[in-house]
Order: sequence, then C-alpha cells, then structure tokens
Amino acid sequence: MHAPPSIPSRPVYGTLTARPGRGHLMVADGEGAEALLAMVAQAEDASNLLATAQIIYMPGPNGTDLSDRLQALTPARFHRSPSFAAALPRLQKVLADAHMGLQIYAAGSEGLIGQVQQQAMFAGLPWQAVQTEHRGSTVRRVQCVHCKGITENVRTDPFVCSHCGLNLFVRDHYSRRIAAFQGVNIDAEDPGLVPPAQERFA
Amino acid sequence: MGLDFNDETFRGDYTFRNSPRAIARFPFPFPEDSYMYSVNMEPHLPGRPGSVFEHVFDVDEHYVAEMRDRALVLAEDPLRCQSLPHMTLAGWDLLELIMVAKARDYPQWFSLTQDGNRWHWVIRPLQIEQSFTFLDETTLPCGPMEYITRQTQGDFTLQDQRDDNLWIEAGMVTTQADWSLDFDIGMSFHEWHAPVPLAHEMRVFDRALKFLLNLQLGAPVRRFNWTMTVDPLLDTSPENYPKWGPSKTTMTADTIGHRQHLRVELQTLHRLPRSNAIVFPIRCYLIKFEELVTVPKWARRLHRVVRDIPDELATYKGFIRNKPLMLDYLSKYDDGAPTSPGIWAD
Repeated sequence: MHAPPSIPSRPVYGTLTARPGRGHLMVADGEGAEALLAMVAQAEDASNLLATAQIIYMPGPNGTDLSDRLQALTPARFHRSPSFAAALPRLQKVLADAHMGLQIYAAGSEGLIGQVQQQAMFAGLPWQAVQTEHRGSTVRRVQCVHCKGITENVRTDPFVCSHCGLNLFVRDHYSRRIAAFQGVNIDAEDPGLVPPAQERFA
Repeated sequence: MGLDFNDETFRGDYTFRNSPRAIARFPFPFPEDSYMYSVNMEPHLPGRPGSVFEHVFDVDEHYVAEMRDRALVLAEDPLRCQSLPHMTLAGWDLLELIMVAKARDYPQWFSLTQDGNRWHWVIRPLQIEQSFTFLDETTLPCGPMEYITRQTQGDFTLQDQRDDNLWIEAGMVTTQADWSLDFDIGMSFHEWHAPVPLAHEMRVFDRALKFLLNLQLGAPVRRFNWTMTVDPLLDTSPENYPKWGPSKTTMTADTIGHRQHLRVELQTLHRLPRSNAIVFPIRCYLIKFEELVTVPKWARRLHRVVRDIPDELATYKGFIRNKPLMLDYLSKYDDGAPTSPGIWAD
C-alpha cells in the first residue's frame, strides 16, 4: 500500500515476515487476514509457525470478515472477536503472559495496528517489536485535542467529534501512545464556517 | 506582590504589561531584517548584565503572576504536566539545576541550604519554604519536575536519550505556542517536530538532533523562536484553541497596538548529570506592539520581517489573517533607515 508523502510522525508500515520465535501472536482485522495468509505461505517452516501461533482476528471497519480462511490454517489457537474493544482483555492477558521470544504481528487497519503497538508498549515491550502491515480500510482513529475523546473509523475530513461535537480537521500528526491521529477544531476562529466534509478515508 | 513583581493577569481582564525596564531588556529575536528557520544555537553563557542572558534562569517582574497563571492552567487541565515513570531521576536533575542556579544568582529571593541529601529551599516572593530529602519523592508534595516547574517561569520538557535519538517523555507545558504535550509525549525528535513546515526539507532537525545528541554537561546552549499572540495569553494551547482562536478576529486598527503581542521563546538546552537526559526550558516573553515600537530599531526590523516572511510560515505561526493589519501598524514606524546588526537596541 502506497501512502502519499507525509510528515515524520505519520506511521510507516512494513510487510509481515515470519521470524524465529518461541511463540507467535498474530492480531488482524479485515483484509489484514490476507497479510497473515501471505506470511504463512512464505514461511520456511509454516507448520512449526502455526503450531506455536495464536491468532486474534476481528472484522474490518468496512465489514470484511475472512475468519474462515484464517481458521483453516489451524493455528494453535484461533479467536474471532466481534471488535477490537471486545478482544482487548484477551490481548492484554496474552501480552502480560508473554515470554522472551514471542513474535508479535499486527495487520489490517491503522487503528488495529496502532492499538496493538500501544498495548505492547503498556505491557513493557518496545513498540518496534511489533511487525506491522497495513491492509484494507484507510479509516482513521482520531483523538480530539480539545476534549481528548477518540472517534473511531473516521472517514471524512472534517468530521464531527463523537464526544464533544466540535468540527475537527484530521492531521497526519500521530501519537503512538494514544494510537490516534490528531483532530483540531476547524472553525475555532470563525465558528460555523465549516468546509464541506470530504471523504478522505475509506 | 512587593515592588519587584507585577500584580497582573494573563487572562480575563489581561492586565499584563511590561515596565520600561522590561521593554529595554526584552529579548528581541531578530539579529537582521529578515527571518528564516535555522538551527541558530549558541552557547548559553552568562550575558550582558541586566539582560535576559545575565543568568542561567531569568527571573523577571512577571514571575509571581506567571506562577499564579500556571496554577490556574493545571487546575483546569492536569494533563499539562506529565512525566513517564522512568523520567523521575531527570526531574531531580532539573530540580537541582534550578535551585542551585537561582540561589546563587538571586540570593535576595531564593535560598538553598544543603546538608548532605537534606535540603531546605526558600522562595521569598512566593512564600514557599520546603525541607526535603534530595532523591526521595515522598518528601515533596508532588514529583520533583512538577514541584520545581510550578515555581519556575517557562515551559519545560525532559528528553531521554537512547537509540541515537531524543524522546520527549516528561514536561510542564502551560505557556506553549499551540502544541500539546499530552499528544506528543513519548515521541522521537523528528516526530514531535513533524508538523513544522519547510524545516524538515531544510534538514534543520537532522542537524539539530545531531548537535543535541552531543550536548555536554555544563555547556548549555540557547536559541530563539517566536510567534504572534493576540492578547497577552500565555496558555495558547491546542486544547483551548476554540476559546482563544476567536480573539484573532476581533482585533482592529485601533486596538492592535495594545492587543497584538510579539511572543518570543528563549529556548535553552542543558545536559543533566545523573539521567543523561536533556532539559529544554522554553521561556515565553510577551511584548505589546505599542511597547515594542518605543524602540525604533526593533519597530523598523519587525516591520521588515513580517512584510517578507513566506505565507507558509505566517500561516503556521498563526498570524496570516492579521498580517495586513500588522503591516499597516508597523509601517508607520519604518522610515526605511538601515538598522544596525544584532538584536540589541541602539
């Protein structure tokens, strides 16, 4: 996936590669399943990889659900979750129990990837330890800099903060700790003067 | 307040003002008639007596009022002061740096008595007196960075150094030019500077980072930054932008001299001894246009800087909307005469 040129805080993503490890945690949403499938297909020792792998998967923001194809890999553990929020307690438990040598892979929407990195950091792991691959939806997770509320799956710019109702424009400035882009009030200087919302993310 | 410190506000009725002495010592940031980004760092050595460079930390007539304003900001929004858990030692380093310097440079206002790790600290203008054990957090009312920066003018950020980078991982930020500590905390050097236009292409941040990674203990450096602020509001935070943004739209030719302020940041950088972190004090100075134009050289030069600045920079600094109004006002004080090199008034 090619992103237009942006500013240095905007995350860049890679391509998943199976690395040697004592365990493999794979978290994906939507089309991110295809990144996992591609990684497994190219792994030198796919059967050993899958024998020590657990997959946490949820449908993408656009509804894409490839659960069946991932489950058919028959990893050691497979968990389908209806949403990231629902998967969170399980993810936190897995990260808290993680031993040295656990490989972590996150694939799919930026919101999913960012939140996996965030949880890894909260568990005391370096965020760089999470391999990432962006696939599928480009909707954004955006934090309102004013009320601090996070709006998921933002498609338009500007958009209305789902918490405080201010009209926000979406910056490329991104916080790993918050796992969100920054939204700033667009009509602060001229209240009510809001340009039409453009569908920037899909 | 006493004779040394102004009783003034940075919000509401905005009674902030500079005395003639404060105007004369104002850190005018332009050494020449034009402005473009540069790393522009120089050693932070004690400078000319009476100037803001005289001491490591400048204490001026706005001290007490600025500390009152900081307390108000923090009461409204505690996220303006944050320190990640591994930054406590850097906080102690900072506390020591400030206390030792102020007790040495301003004995009439500050005193520090050290008996091993048992320290006694007094700030007469703020009626603060504190006995505590250095490096023992339980002996202070809050963490060491928060404690000392509630009593010290200017914003502060603490940068941890690792992986050949600097990471902004603690700070007290209540007098900022529109950036959010809460959002940026944890970022690397290039990440937290990401929104600045033009400078990345000029490789300003590559060079600045390389320079700072080699910053030596006892050899602090300084530079200026600047922007424009309508009304003497210290807390121009992105958090509160919906509250202060509209002020830009109500300034007129009649009010600009009083309401428009040049906002100058005296930024210094110091290596810290125990943590090897870098502290970045960002000290904000405000001056009204009507105060600034009492210095003819500064009036001429500011007119030329504002006139010639690229629109992209004026937009980023947030004053493109009022640039024509500023030029109308400042042009009356620019007779085209040459200006002398350097920042000092003639």
